[in-house]
Amino acid sequence: MSLQIPDDRTPDGKPESEQPQWRRDFPIDWPEDNYISRRDFTRFLVLTSFAFAVGQTWILAMGSMGRGEDRQGRELVASVDDIPEGGAKTFTIKGTKEPFLLVRMSENTFVAYGQKCTHLSCPLIPQPEMGRLYCPCHEGAFDLQTGHPMMGPPRRPLPRVRLEISGNKVYATGVEDHRL
Amino acid sequence: MPVPEHLEFFIDPNRCIGCQACVQACAECDTHRGYSMIQLDYIARSESPQTVPIVCMHCESPTCAEVCPADAVKRTEDGVVQSARKPRCIACNNCVLACPFGVPKMETPMELMMKCDMCYDRTSVGKKPMCASVCPSQALFYGARDQIERQRPRSRPIHRFLFGRQIIVTKVHLMVPFESPVAPMDVIAAFRETVIGHVFGPNFSAETMVGGGK
Repeated sequence: MSLQIPDDRTPDGKPESEQPQWRRDFPIDWPEDNYISRRDFTRFLVLTSFAFAVGQTWILAMGSMGRGEDRQGRELVASVDDIPEGGAKTFTIKGTKEPFLLVRMSENTFVAYGQKCTHLSCPLIPQPEMGRLYCPCHEGAFDLQTGHPMMGPPRRPLPRVRLEISGNKVYATGVEDHRL
Repeated sequence: MPVPEHLEFFIDPNRCIGCQACVQACAECDTHRGYSMIQLDYIARSESPQTVPIVCMHCESPTCAEVCPADAVKRTEDGVVQSARKPRCIACNNCVLACPFGVPKMETPMELMMKCDMCYDRTSVGKKPMCASVCPSQALFYGARDQIERQRPRSRPIHRFLFGRQIIVTKVHLMVPFESPVAPMDVIAAFRETVIGHVFGPNFSAETMVGGGK
């Protein structure tokens, strides 16, 4: 068929590769035509913004579901003899996957906080000798006494675990979550 | 689905009897929305009843698409040049003026250029175009090449035309007498001939009209 003569498809008879750029930008053949009309572009913009809005709403909804919930009940965390003075132990509370950190500050003082930095969720390193929990990711630190941020990017305090010591055992009785 | 490659369109003006059947049938094609895309031209009405049906020749390098400032005239993969795309057509009439064969038509109420698209809804599923299916003398023939060569041994198909200095190669073929030397055929040769009868051409001027001239 005559369609296979490539040189006849352009007015000057030169092959497609030697044609000027505008001819390739505005091809006559339908399959090569990638022109996007204003309406298509507007539709793309509207649908994409809608998808973003839905996504943000979903994130907000998921975030607000577990907020501020005080866990009740007693749960065994460790026995006092397990942890030396200035030592620490990670643990989880039943029903969550969040890691928590138990630190023995002095002989009778125990504190426990969430181990995730409130900036970008890096695990914290306990530094009881400096009285802080240190985040190596962005040089952040939290006060070991209160769980409030001391330096670096974090702005929110750590969730604090309420502890109860009876006899030789350390129990967690609840989590005070200060998440915004 | 593309138009099958072995089926081709042949125009044989020698056989045209001017019955207007193609003109009527064309309007019934679904892609033409009730508008007829064919016009039946009289060669020299005072001299002869000879008519020529004008359908789109579907050029390899379509002049209508070349001149379109809005990038609206497109050709599908099977070489069929389609009507202007409605979202783009700006009804500027460039294609109507540029086409060597005078095929595109401006449908002013719709502000859209419409042209013969070889009844794309029919040919793309293997049927004949409306005009070829009704033509009683088969001046408009749609079918395989070997069939027309067998049926009309005294004609041969040509598909190269001269328009000024531009050589136009077309998908649709024109049947010419077998011995005739034309190749390529000059589309605008008639413009340079002496005007016969009342045909309007470049030779026509107000002077000839007033003076009752030639």
